[in-house]
Amino acid sequence: MRERAEAAAITAGALLAALALFALFLLANGRDPLAVYAVLWLGGFGTPFSLQATLTQAAPLMLTALCTAIPARAGLLVIGGEGALVAGGVFAVLAGLGTAGLATAGLPASVGTVATCAAGAAGGAAWIAMAGALKHLRGVNETISTLLLNYIAIAVLNHLVSGPMRDPAVSLKATSWAIPQATMVGTIPGIGVHWGFAFGVIACLLAFALLRFTVFGFSVDVLGGNARAAQLVGLPIGRLTLIACALGGGGAGLAGAAEIIAVHGAASSSLAVGFGYGGILVAFLSRQNPLAIIFFAILVGGISASGGLMQRRFDLPDAATQVLQGMIFLCVLASNAFYGRIRLFQPRAVAE
Amino acid sequence: MDHSKRNSRRKFLADSGNVIAAGSLAALLPGLARAQAKPMTIGFLYTGVRQDYGWNQAHGVAARQIARLDGVKLLEQENVPETAESEKVMESMIRLDGARVLFPTSFGFWPFIMKVAPKFPEVLFVHAGGLWKDGDPKNTIGYRGYMEEPHYLSGIAAGRMSKTGKIGFIGAKPLYFIFNNCNGFILGARSVNPKITCQVLITGDWNNPVKEAEAVNSLVDQGVDVIVGNTDSPKVVIETAERRGIYSCGYHTDLSALAPKGFLTGAEWNWGKGADFVRAWQTGGTYPNLLRGGFKRDMVKLSPFGAAVPEAVRAEVLRARQGFADDKLALYRGPLKDNEGNVVLKAGETIDNEDNKFKFGVKFLVEGAIGKTGLAR
Repeated sequence: MRERAEAAAITAGALLAALALFALFLLANGRDPLAVYAVLWLGGFGTPFSLQATLTQAAPLMLTALCTAIPARAGLLVIGGEGALVAGGVFAVLAGLGTAGLATAGLPASVGTVATCAAGAAGGAAWIAMAGALKHLRGVNETISTLLLNYIAIAVLNHLVSGPMRDPAVSLKATSWAIPQATMVGTIPGIGVHWGFAFGVIACLLAFALLRFTVFGFSVDVLGGNARAAQLVGLPIGRLTLIACALGGGGAGLAGAAEIIAVHGAASSSLAVGFGYGGILVAFLSRQNPLAIIFFAILVGGISASGGLMQRRFDLPDAATQVLQGMIFLCVLASNAFYGRIRLFQPRAVAE
Repeated sequence: MDHSKRNSRRKFLADSGNVIAAGSLAALLPGLARAQAKPMTIGFLYTGVRQDYGWNQAHGVAARQIARLDGVKLLEQENVPETAESEKVMESMIRLDGARVLFPTSFGFWPFIMKVAPKFPEVLFVHAGGLWKDGDPKNTIGYRGYMEEPHYLSGIAAGRMSKTGKIGFIGAKPLYFIFNNCNGFILGARSVNPKITCQVLITGDWNNPVKEAEAVNSLVDQGVDVIVGNTDSPKVVIETAERRGIYSCGYHTDLSALAPKGFLTGAEWNWGKGADFVRAWQTGGTYPNLLRGGFKRDMVKLSPFGAAVPEAVRAEVLRARQGFADDKLALYRGPLKDNEGNVVLKAGETIDNEDNKFKFGVKFLVEGAIGKTGLAR
């Protein structure tokens, strides 16, 4: 309990510090910080439309945050969410195209949808598991390998959509063949946000339960806490590493599949627009806790969603919201130094 | 392709959207409407940044021009991706800022306009691209200028100024309008110096500064001494040409500042024409859903002449501009061969400057071009 209060207080403090820093940045640019924050609220959360935009942004962020958070519990710093999302998107499109004949075979279209999502998750899982395998078998640093795998995934995507998978009928932009309309999903009734949001929330809840209540989750935490100790007690380190990576990658891959079946309908360079990198920020804000990811993904999604409005109302460059996100990231990292140093949150010594 | 019936395509024109457009244009004349103009917020969406020395800048300049209309307030958003995200930006401008006319300025925004426009009949969507067709929402407009006409004028200046008789064209993609611009440039140059040849290079990318600079350098090494670039931002082309000490012509917007010594003139869009649509929407006037045109319809402009261009050449260029404006000068006129020796037009045959069907089908480079379209004819 006390630990959780400590985390909440320190993270809140870091957020406030970031807002204060950003206010200085705004003042230096001759803008009124309070007015800007009011518009940030309006654009991110203030109207039903803003909230819709925010939740739409948050959907892929939750899933890509898992790509960093789950391996982090096993002591790995994975930043390959972007690549896994792209890989998932490509696999999802392949599955969507592959199951296009279902209707003629008399099967419901939902089979195609499920296959598309499963293929996306599997693609992302395999992508990050590669980095896990490299780490375990060859000792390759997973941070570097996942970063480089991002570039590889995007290059492969660009190759596929401008070559082998290209739909020549779409001339505006190199785009793959579109998956069947029946395979696509609409929006969640009532809130007007696409189903990727529900996938994100469910995936975060499942990940939380898995890490919290199962032997696997406990083993992963032991591995992340101290790899030598894990080895000593005989935990299967290789398997745990691979599974943690695969689960994380599966999350990001599912994000790619959701972008395909709910938004784009086909693969193109529009898949790689930075949700993978945004997910890293969300994972760190959440201190790798999947439940907290839901909350922070919405917060970061709101900041992104309000970017356009801030740009239009205050003539701020569109990078302004990225500056804010960067400041939040720095403050949260720096706030790690405060853990264990605030007396209020320390266990009191038992009186002798 | 059938080359014999070109002249009869004037008939095609007679019932084409452009002419309907021209008819309703008359109703747009401001003056009388000005009194009733009500306050209106307009929104511009750019795929890149406004100061890109190219496509976006041309729209940014127009936005400021349109914002000078009575009662018009301008909103702008840069770096809007050509994805479903752009739908959110449009909706956000409408719902949160109350915009009533939107200018999603990139070609790739069109499919998303088609999704948003039916939801907001009170908003006018003006798209730079001329993709509107029958059956599309009435609150959407497509407009685009014939840039081959100002390229023809650049070509005249290039033809007069070139000492080596070799000029160069760097294009982004093998697309019909790029070929039209290239042909216009060459036809203009050869109208004043029939011996001119033009090296044509297609980079394959809308934006690839490294390739563009390499292309300029290789052309200069081959003796080319006037260059024009048809990419999203020809900044690199013009700066490299200036560094190598050759002449250059602009594209999209006024780029004369980039090359104080070697800039001749350039082809510019007149997107400021969008003011007519805003005015019509403000006052309940009529507007065309599709508007294509050249100098005759005031849809294109010529950049200011660079210091290097002598008075006589300027006068010659301006005469040709008047020719387009008065519809007395046709860009494609016979006898005309392509650069593989095939006859495109016989002597006496002329293509109307507004013959879209012909222009959309251009897959050839005219005689004098050294290079290939890379397309099957």
